[in-house]
Amino acid sequence: MAITYLDAIREAQARALEEDENVYIYGQDVANFGGAFKATKGLSDRFPDRVIDAPISEDAIIGSAIGAAIEGMRPIVEMQFADFSSIGFNQIINQAATHFWRTGVPCPITIRLPSGGTEGSGPFHSQSMESIYAHYPGLIVMTPATVEDAYGMLLEAIRIDDPVIFCEHKLLYYHLKAEELPKVILPVGKARIARAGRHATVVACSAMVHEALRAARELAEDGWEIEVVDLRSAKPIDTDTILASVARTGRLLAVAESFPWGGLTSEIVSRVASEGFHLLDAPPQRLNSKDTPIPYHPNLWRVHRPTWQSIASATRNLIQL
Amino acid sequence: MRTDGPAAGRDRFVAAFQWMLLARTFEDKIAALYRAGKIVGGVYLGRGQEAFSAALGMQLSQENGDVFAGLIRDQAGRMAFGEPILDSARTYLGSVEGPMRGRDGNIHRGRPLRGMPAMISHLGAMVSVVNGMLVAKRFRGRTDVVGGAAIGDGGTSTGAFHEGLNQAAVEKLPLVIAVADNQFAYSTPTSHQYACEDLSDRAAGYGIRGYRIDGTDLETCLETFAEAIERARRGEGPQMVVGKLLRLAGHGEHDDARYIPDELKAKPHGGDCLLLAREQLLTKSWMSEDQLAALTAETQDKVEEAVARAQSEPDPNPFRESWHALATKHLAEGTPAAD
Repeated sequence: MAITYLDAIREAQARALEEDENVYIYGQDVANFGGAFKATKGLSDRFPDRVIDAPISEDAIIGSAIGAAIEGMRPIVEMQFADFSSIGFNQIINQAATHFWRTGVPCPITIRLPSGGTEGSGPFHSQSMESIYAHYPGLIVMTPATVEDAYGMLLEAIRIDDPVIFCEHKLLYYHLKAEELPKVILPVGKARIARAGRHATVVACSAMVHEALRAARELAEDGWEIEVVDLRSAKPIDTDTILASVARTGRLLAVAESFPWGGLTSEIVSRVASEGFHLLDAPPQRLNSKDTPIPYHPNLWRVHRPTWQSIASATRNLIQL
Repeated sequence: MRTDGPAAGRDRFVAAFQWMLLARTFEDKIAALYRAGKIVGGVYLGRGQEAFSAALGMQLSQENGDVFAGLIRDQAGRMAFGEPILDSARTYLGSVEGPMRGRDGNIHRGRPLRGMPAMISHLGAMVSVVNGMLVAKRFRGRTDVVGGAAIGDGGTSTGAFHEGLNQAAVEKLPLVIAVADNQFAYSTPTSHQYACEDLSDRAAGYGIRGYRIDGTDLETCLETFAEAIERARRGEGPQMVVGKLLRLAGHGEHDDARYIPDELKAKPHGGDCLLLAREQLLTKSWMSEDQLAALTAETQDKVEEAVARAQSEPDPNPFRESWHALATKHLAEGTPAAD
């Protein structure tokens, strides 16, 4: 039976609830309703005291999770959409992220952010916020691209003693499938070579990994072998794996769905330029969404974000540089 | 905690007065050190708010697992709850021996595992953190613990305060929220802070019990917080105590507070709670002038000793600082892998 990315997220939470009585889930509509995307469906039946509906108060949802974590609980917070975590931003970056460094007491919270664009979702239900959170010291930012990682990394996020921002992509929820849940996964902090190649490296995370893979298949028809690196976590960035890939290919394209000013792709290009300048045969490139709010209409949205077509086009240009 | 018997009222009053006096003496010393350039950053005093603050802190029980989240004007409450004077002195002076090890300073201190979360500067944010600590205790079967959270009139205007209080009410948490309405938020008078007649009016909107008291009268503060804490402990849900008083200092010691008109000090709630409590001690013959003089001298010594010790301790060394913000060391950026 096939397991979707969303099933994996639900199963990881079920297992964490099962294995550790300190784990609980708190968020809007997560209990009987099972969450806006059904990521917690059925969990409140199995764990009625530990799957709790919250008022529409992102600040207090995260603040209380922090308080419980200080006391040794392992809260999983579901933000209904990543976009709404802006209301809890203060608690995330000033309270959770600073807590261990200031006090020596860990703050093991997991904040699940249903992220990224889908057709018709518009400016306030589509955002990718990994770059924003990666900017702050004290946070770990995970961006799983596969069913296996959605499961394994979420379990790891819950076990980690630090606040983890878990960016799960809504576009992958229902369509991405695997045959079974993984027994073992790569350690957090390690990137994965999603496709091996020798003419150019495309570094991506989350849904962009799949766009990059499709672009690589497209270019393969013309004989170009594109290496695709799945970052897995936006913080930490596995710079070693990226540099090793660039050493093989000599060319770099960093792709992310977030906005173009600064952020993850800039960080990758910057690291490769400063630590691996001698490995480069061409100027490192980056591709992000456009510098406008995320549009509603599918015609606009499809062009706003990087797609396999725009990645393929950017990669062709890169190869010819 | 309250004890019964004829002397209980006197003992409680005297104990609270001692915490108030210690806090005032300590803060006077810290303010002097600040003016002498011995303290970097800010110094924020609780002058005029000691009765309100100590009455809450003292009647919570650290041993029982209660929580006290003090804000910037809660030196008295923090000490009365159980924060060692050395924690205060060391944090102000940046000693590496202090709970914050020079990484954070002044009133941003705490010992979260002993019921004292370390405040951040963003007002209102600590309310939900206390809620979470109470939720954790409830998960572990402890419903007889109480969390006290302090805030001022300005802080009640934040969204975080509203979210936190509503959350506590929905979850029926044993939270006692102490609102020190000191008539000014930095320089902004309450006329530009809220439009209701009294902040305690808001309690009804949250579906919780509200109290409106004279925050300068120690006995009233003690009685009210005793009742609020007891009700919260019994499972009656959040309690909101609003104490009317006047901030008898600037927002911080950098602020001369010339915007506070002198005549306010002569108006109701404008008095100095420490002097008022002292007068009552004498009037009721609970302490004599001689005893008060001895207590003052003893308190002074305690403060001098703590400050001298903190001053003699090493400052943090940037070359020995780990510069890691993560508990999971091998995932910190810029760190060699654990293997």
